[in-house]
Amino acid sequence: MTKNKRLRRRKAARILSNLYAVLVYSVFYIPVAVMIVFSFNDAKRNYYWQGFTTEWYGKLFSFANTDLWDALLYSLIIAVLATLISVTIGVLGGIGLKKFEFRTKRFINMMIYVPIIVPEIVLAVAMLIIFMTVGIRLGMGTILIGHCTFCIPYAVVTIKGRITGDSETLQEASMDLGANRFQTFWRVTVPSIMPGILSSAFLAFTLSIDDVVMSNMLAGPSQSTLPVLILSLNRTGITPDVNALTTVMVALMVAGMLALNGVQRYLKKRENRLAAEAESKRSSAHAA
Amino acid sequence: MLKREGTRRGKKRHSRLPLLAQAGPVSLWMILFVTIPMLFIIYISFMTRGTFGGVEYVFSTDSYQTLLDVVYFKVIAKSFQVAVVTTVLCLLVGYPFAYYIARKPPEVASRLIMLIMIPFWTNSLMRLNAWMLLFQANGPVNHALMALGLTAEPIKFIYTDWLVMLGLITNMLPFAVLPMYSSIEKLQKSMLEASADLGAKPSVTFLRVTLPLTFPGIFSAIILTFIPALGIYTVTDMLGGGKVLYIGNIIKNQFGAIRNWPLGAALSVLLLAITALLIFIYMRFAKLEDMEVV
Repeated sequence: MTKNKRLRRRKAARILSNLYAVLVYSVFYIPVAVMIVFSFNDAKRNYYWQGFTTEWYGKLFSFANTDLWDALLYSLIIAVLATLISVTIGVLGGIGLKKFEFRTKRFINMMIYVPIIVPEIVLAVAMLIIFMTVGIRLGMGTILIGHCTFCIPYAVVTIKGRITGDSETLQEASMDLGANRFQTFWRVTVPSIMPGILSSAFLAFTLSIDDVVMSNMLAGPSQSTLPVLILSLNRTGITPDVNALTTVMVALMVAGMLALNGVQRYLKKRENRLAAEAESKRSSAHAA
Repeated sequence: MLKREGTRRGKKRHSRLPLLAQAGPVSLWMILFVTIPMLFIIYISFMTRGTFGGVEYVFSTDSYQTLLDVVYFKVIAKSFQVAVVTTVLCLLVGYPFAYYIARKPPEVASRLIMLIMIPFWTNSLMRLNAWMLLFQANGPVNHALMALGLTAEPIKFIYTDWLVMLGLITNMLPFAVLPMYSSIEKLQKSMLEASADLGAKPSVTFLRVTLPLTFPGIFSAIILTFIPALGIYTVTDMLGGGKVLYIGNIIKNQFGAIRNWPLGAALSVLLLAITALLIFIYMRFAKLEDMEVV
């Protein structure tokens, strides 16, 4: 009887907790769903739902709205460059800060966390003041520097988390076997942290392409990034083709993430296979 | 003695190159674009406002006195209030949610975490705009409320603190969930079993074992929600319609039309000081490196 009661209570708790999770997830997904639905809105500007149309996608891909496409192109160029720069510096830095001991290391380690924790507006304003005082012209270069400044720390933290005792042993083994530093770096270190490199690249790209604050503060007068354009459009009302573009971008991002997942899974499988082969070779050599 | 010195230096030079190549760029970048700007903004905050905007390099504490002015003080107090409420709600909603995910098998849990991340690949401003569309006077939420007979007139949601708060919470929640998830996940099951075996009720186990052990995760969550919530201005711009002003908006405005750099700098220093204080507290009981930020 009591056991039955306890079972029933446990079942009720499970249903309740599942319900709770669904509720929280729906808070995350409702705005995305609404955003997508309003890309099919038959209205000049998105205020109210006025009927279904796919016309906005046609308009979007007729490239008539050059402001939108220029902004997207600008955002994409910045995001790609920011990803390349921040992953390069971040990966090297992650390895270096893990491997070496030097006097300023504690300080640099703390500085790494500053862009992650400090409100972005503070960092953006601080950089703006420096750029203006030194006399650096605002534009793509300054936006790029701003984006790299908050992308590098995430790359460093990701990479540092990836480097384990194992990979250090592997590096030593590689050097002992006669490989030089470059060979060791490219053929041992980099492959061993490849999943970390991929995920920090993905993170850098998503952070850069979605950034408003830095891009807004550090932009020159001529061209703005897509999010900054959206922020300014908000005053007059956002046209549904922006929703259409955002929908296309989300779809591409999800596809990109699935592909990345596939690559990471493949790398892991290969690693396991190679390890198994090495193991079997070693044991057969032992037997002989 | 001299000889030893020589060999030491030689050895050092030999091992310096990889160090410089690897740790060099990141150190240089952080010093150039984080340390120096941060120090410079503190310096600027103690300067005088230029007549035509910009800065006059004369020492003054005017900007800090301005912060005590009723107008600004109200904004600061309100920003704090909203940030505190946002953080508390993020913790209250996020902890059970993180717990739910952490109790699932690892394979399922990583999928569930992924499911949190996906919506965040949608442009954040467009997601905020979606809340606006939902809560318009003539929007779906008001229609539903009126159809249910809960209200006769449409309720004014937009341009209110409530909608701003909703935007903040939905934007910040993942940053609260992720660190709490990883500390709950690390929790040893044996600890909970031991507590239960020793006769503690589930509620007692939760209060005296689970909660203290996952406290570093909770505090990371506080830092990662409270500080951004204090400085964010896009949410208020999108959902407050420029009518709701928080610290972030005021800072931004000092570098736009109004141009009072020292005041903007002083407000930034205030945010920096709060950040430093929270980090200082955090570092008393956990390592910065253990903060789950990714």
